[in-house]
Amino acid sequence: MPSTHDWINNPLGVVPSLNDVPLHYLKPNSLVKFRCLIQDMFDPEFYMGVYETVDPSTKAKVLRCGKYKDVTECGVDFNSRNTVTAERQTFYCVPIPGENPWVKDISSSCHSSRVVPSTSYVPSRQKRSYEEDDDMDDMDTHPTEQHGNGDCKRLETEAPSSQMTPASHLDLNFPLPGEKGPSCLVKVYEDWDSFKLNDTLEVYGILSVSPALSALADEKDASSSLLDPAECMETAEEQRVHSPPASLVPRLHMLYAKTLPHNNPLLPSAPLEDNSAFLSSTLSEMASVRAELLTYLTHVLLGDALAAEYLILHLISNVYTRRDVLPLGKFTLNLSGCPTVASYTERFYQIIQQLVPCSYYLGMSLQNMNQMRLVPKKDYVANRLVSGALQLARNTSLFLDETQLEQGQLDTTGVRNVTALGNLISWQKVDYDFNYHQMEFPCNINVLIASEGRSLLPSDCQIHLQPQVGPATMEEYLSSIHMHPQASSQLNKLRIYLSVARLLDYSISDEMTKSVEDDFVDMRKDDPQSISAEDLHRMLVVARLLSLSLGQTSLSRDSWLRAKHIEALRRSRMEQHKCVNGNEP
Amino acid sequence: MSSPTSTPGGRKRGRNANPSTPSSEGPTSPPSQRRRGQDSSTGDLMPMPTSPATDMLSPSAPQDTSLFSSPRPSVLPNEVDMSSPLMYGTPSSRVEGTPRSGVRGTPARQRPDLGSVRKAPQVDLQSEPPSADGAVASEPNAGQKLVIWGTDVNVGTCKEKFQRFLQRFIDPTSNEDENAGLDLNEPLYMQKLEEISVVGDPVLNVNCRHIQSFDAELYRQLISYPQEVIPTFDMAVNELFFERFPDSILEYQIQVRPYNALKTRNMRSLNPEDIDQLITISGMVIRTSQLIPEMQEAFFQCQVCAFSTRVEVDRGRIAEPAVCRNCNTTHSLALVHNRSAFSDKQMIKIQESPEDMPAGQTPHTTIVYAHNDLVDKVQPGDRVNITGIYRAVPMRVNPRQSNVKSVYKTHIDAIHFRKTDERRLHGLDEEAEQKLFTEDRVQTLKELAAKPDVYERLSSALAPSIYEHEDIKKGILLQLFGGTRKDFSQTGRGSFRAEVNILLCGDPGTSKSQLLQYVYNLVPRGQYTSGKGSSAVGLTAYVMKDPETRQLVLQTGALVLSDNGICCIDEFDKMSDNTRSVLHEVMEQQTLSIAKAGIICQLNARTAVLAAANPVESQWNPKKTTIENIQLPHTLLSRFDLIFLMLDPQDEAYDRRLAHHLVSLYYQSEEQMEEEFLDMAVLRDYIAYARTYINPRLSEEASQALIEAYVDMRKIGSGRGMVSAYPRQLESLIRLAEAHAKVRFSEKVETIDVEEAKRLHREALKQSATDPRTGFVDISILTTGMSATARKRKEEVAQALKKLIQAKGKTPAMKYQQLLEDLRGQSETAITKELFDEALRALADEDYLTVTGKTVRLLA
Repeated sequence: MPSTHDWINNPLGVVPSLNDVPLHYLKPNSLVKFRCLIQDMFDPEFYMGVYETVDPSTKAKVLRCGKYKDVTECGVDFNSRNTVTAERQTFYCVPIPGENPWVKDISSSCHSSRVVPSTSYVPSRQKRSYEEDDDMDDMDTHPTEQHGNGDCKRLETEAPSSQMTPASHLDLNFPLPGEKGPSCLVKVYEDWDSFKLNDTLEVYGILSVSPALSALADEKDASSSLLDPAECMETAEEQRVHSPPASLVPRLHMLYAKTLPHNNPLLPSAPLEDNSAFLSSTLSEMASVRAELLTYLTHVLLGDALAAEYLILHLISNVYTRRDVLPLGKFTLNLSGCPTVASYTERFYQIIQQLVPCSYYLGMSLQNMNQMRLVPKKDYVANRLVSGALQLARNTSLFLDETQLEQGQLDTTGVRNVTALGNLISWQKVDYDFNYHQMEFPCNINVLIASEGRSLLPSDCQIHLQPQVGPATMEEYLSSIHMHPQASSQLNKLRIYLSVARLLDYSISDEMTKSVEDDFVDMRKDDPQSISAEDLHRMLVVARLLSLSLGQTSLSRDSWLRAKHIEALRRSRMEQHKCVNGNEP
Repeated sequence: MSSPTSTPGGRKRGRNANPSTPSSEGPTSPPSQRRRGQDSSTGDLMPMPTSPATDMLSPSAPQDTSLFSSPRPSVLPNEVDMSSPLMYGTPSSRVEGTPRSGVRGTPARQRPDLGSVRKAPQVDLQSEPPSADGAVASEPNAGQKLVIWGTDVNVGTCKEKFQRFLQRFIDPTSNEDENAGLDLNEPLYMQKLEEISVVGDPVLNVNCRHIQSFDAELYRQLISYPQEVIPTFDMAVNELFFERFPDSILEYQIQVRPYNALKTRNMRSLNPEDIDQLITISGMVIRTSQLIPEMQEAFFQCQVCAFSTRVEVDRGRIAEPAVCRNCNTTHSLALVHNRSAFSDKQMIKIQESPEDMPAGQTPHTTIVYAHNDLVDKVQPGDRVNITGIYRAVPMRVNPRQSNVKSVYKTHIDAIHFRKTDERRLHGLDEEAEQKLFTEDRVQTLKELAAKPDVYERLSSALAPSIYEHEDIKKGILLQLFGGTRKDFSQTGRGSFRAEVNILLCGDPGTSKSQLLQYVYNLVPRGQYTSGKGSSAVGLTAYVMKDPETRQLVLQTGALVLSDNGICCIDEFDKMSDNTRSVLHEVMEQQTLSIAKAGIICQLNARTAVLAAANPVESQWNPKKTTIENIQLPHTLLSRFDLIFLMLDPQDEAYDRRLAHHLVSLYYQSEEQMEEEFLDMAVLRDYIAYARTYINPRLSEEASQALIEAYVDMRKIGSGRGMVSAYPRQLESLIRLAEAHAKVRFSEKVETIDVEEAKRLHREALKQSATDPRTGFVDISILTTGMSATARKRKEEVAQALKKLIQAKGKTPAMKYQQLLEDLRGQSETAITKELFDEALRALADEDYLTVTGKTVRLLA
């Protein structure tokens, strides 16, 4: 038998994805995949790894395997000596928060073209697939085939309604408001320590939607008055959270999972290093695509080429390592001087949304700041981590719209939220609230702050927008941006470019180190006030991102000079806008 | 008491009471009542199973201990199912009427913590499976090795061993606080038994480590079969106890509570192999349920003939008798609730302590059941070590359903709780048991400590991403270790502060915050706050209404939370005066007094403060003193042991090194960095070890060196007519020297420690207390807020002004501006407006003049 890994890499193995295919079209106990983020980790559970059943009529004993299953066969002999208790871990997984529609469209189109014929989903089709795929899951013995089949039918009739109203009574705990999609309880059988909270995974596993699970839950409600200590202990909330109806939150028994370094469906799934053909072809095009992107973004940023340059650097930034507490490589950009007319920031965000795989728009209105839950919080009653908007996957673009800021007072929650945003920007970490203590979770989120004046939040780099368009014609100009015909192939190029640039390796040669040092000393010599250690930090990041944006994996003299040049331009512009508001130190 | 002759008689009667011949007894008398009568008549007959969980033998008769298996069938109470050869679970709480002393008179209490598995028949190792009629067990064969079924525990040997342990175990090195007042050279547990006889609290806590050191085999059995071994221990201790103190009266029989099973486990490492074993895990209580009455024994009464019977709960279920044994009516028995026996039970949820967690994962939780008097022992938020038996229960099998969920429910039946944070309330901070080091680790740490350059090594390992500032890092390192805690409360001075407080001030952007963040991440009990965002309330404590209990509760703030840790306060200068004032008490007395909302208390806040402040005018002004630059009250400044300036040195060589450092930060790989510097984990352990185990004391030479240093410091100033050192500085020096000795893992403070303390103190002073006008170090800048020269200058100006006014003759009122210009014209040095104002104020204090608005009036 081939190993799991081979099997998954086999192009013939076409696995339907929970992300695209509605749950009620998927066959129970079949192999599915799920692109998700680990939102919460439940306690490990002990289950019957091997158990013995006794046939009530013949008294024949049969050994059975309990792995990859939620429910046992009939007639379990609890006193059997052959029972082996094993351990597994449960993760609560949600679809990647803030995943943009284009990612969903592309990944579903490239799957559905193979999985499901273009005749869309016809319920009768499900039956056929049932027979076709029967030989595929050889590890499943289908003793309850009849049973399961009947249940599927029942689910079919029910499911559409539950899809329309995604469980109003059941909070699926998505980090971002207004998210849709199935969440899933993923059962992990080995190596669960290697997974971390907020990891993005592609999980391959066996889908279990056994109605017996929900039946168990229902029954508990009914019989809760019974004197059974083990059951009356758990609160109703906890019960609801930890064993929700399988029709809403299916169980997925993990066979294999890979952590996704990115979720851009346009990139090949294998790591970049292993795919030299793709890498070299992209690298060769990089400079030209960059020029294209620069023109486009310049246009979007009202003709400001320098701001567009910085925006590119921001979009490909990435925390690539941490030195004790210091995250390296982050590049939070504060775009000040954004026009407040014609909902410019919203439109600007829509364009970013078209370019990056994951993004989230957070309007910093007083109401939002005072009411939103940004930081995840542990709910001890239900024993789960209640998600917050800052529980995001790596490299998600967080767009903070400070132009929404209005007069008023921040309350306690508001102050806490602003502090959390500040911590996120400065240290790339979020302190999750565990009531009795806080726990620090490192993150890797690209924060872009659009503001009128200097932002109240810290940032690595501030650039003041200089619109080449007069306020009078702004409206007209903006509508033209929106109409800008970007062919989808063109857009795809830009998307690939941004994702690849972020994944590249980078180094600085010894000679360059030397010359950078010399440069720094020279600059300090002329005017010690002009450049501080912090400025050097920033210049090194800018130089790094600039090189990567050009597809160069090591720092060249040119890039360093160019980095110095654009930094100088930016600083001179900052001088001009020094007295925009009173927030300057 | 227990005459051998009475036993056979009892046995006979016990046989008579066999349910197979129920008619032989009078039908009118319910068996349970009859038995009670029997007990009182024979006095010694009643089997007193010390533990209902096993109930294997009766400790009542001394001869039973050797031939414990033989009399057992004879003493079976009549209502027990006789088809089983052994007697199971007789709740002896029913026994009344006997005098309440001696092992038989004291009721045994059920131990639901040991679980409800009642099947613990003994088997002979030589003879194979126990015969159904129990012949093996009833055979009076003392030579055979009998063990409890499924285990290798022989009750007799086990009991003997434990009694020997109790009688002989001596732990002269014990330092547990609960052993305070006991003679360490006498058998420890015998003293504890004596305590029980005096206090009357029938609980004997036994440290498993003691058992292990005494008898490893016994320990292994205890860990592997707690359910069987602990009841045996119970029996053993009760026999021993009542032998010694035959007259003592206890509420119920002594229960043994082992704790500190060496297999102390992290919650994360629990696995299926630990099921039904004795474990100790640590964690934090997050939720406790309400009290749950759990039925132990059901009382049934026949509706027809009023015959009553009792049924014990077996694995959470009660088998309702279908037929009344008295009148043979079927389905006539009804449960009588208020005659059934219940025990208290509570569900407690504990969560992994944050320290035990791997990064990037969420904490696990475990359910713990507490029984009887352990109920309500712990509250949410407590850090506890729980010793108990790990259980896994299959999900309920439902007869209506063919297949079941294949998952077990796991919980721990608590036997012993030990609050780990309780000791923090007492004066001493012994974190000894909180952090256990493996032998290897201690070896590594000691090797490291033996290196001559350990001090430099550690300080360079501190925040490697921050460049240079060697002295500051050294200062912080010493702060992390702290001085030795001294207690002078007997002489009336209270305890001395052992923590070192440090203030960093300097230009913005000199990575002060980063340093603070690093320290905050390094120490286990650190807090990080920003002066801008914190209020006095947030730092100290506040009273709030608990959403669950609706009671007013005191919530502690950052300073209290960082007790025994370090409180990092960023933007110290931006704190409101109100907030800052609470720090006065914390930074010297190390306590925090609160009087609000009817709650008046004093909390411990033995925290070291690491603060960072920015200069008032965004850039450090070298022409001004520290006080003038950061505008902090000198009363607060003088409480800092070390005040460092983090300034941009503006020197080419420095720039070059800095640039190199930064660039390498950006391109060196992770491995390269690690080679160069010590691992953060090693550093953390090193500090924790030193803080726990090393308590340096001053040596003679060191004291002399300190005295000299202090005298020297005083001398510097006396030449120029100013005070250059105060006792506070001497205390700082002592603390620093002690901390330096700790770095070396030395139990003695030696001259080199004092030398380094002096050097560091001087360096810090040089930076922060140099008078910008004279260039001399002037401690009064920090202690009084003004340098001696400045004070002198102020007086001179005031005198000059007075002369000027006197020279003007009789003018009762003068213009302010005019006066200032006159004075400026007259003086050869520059007179600032502030200086002028101060001079005016000084003269006003002398009642020489008053200033109203822009006019100066003379008083005379």
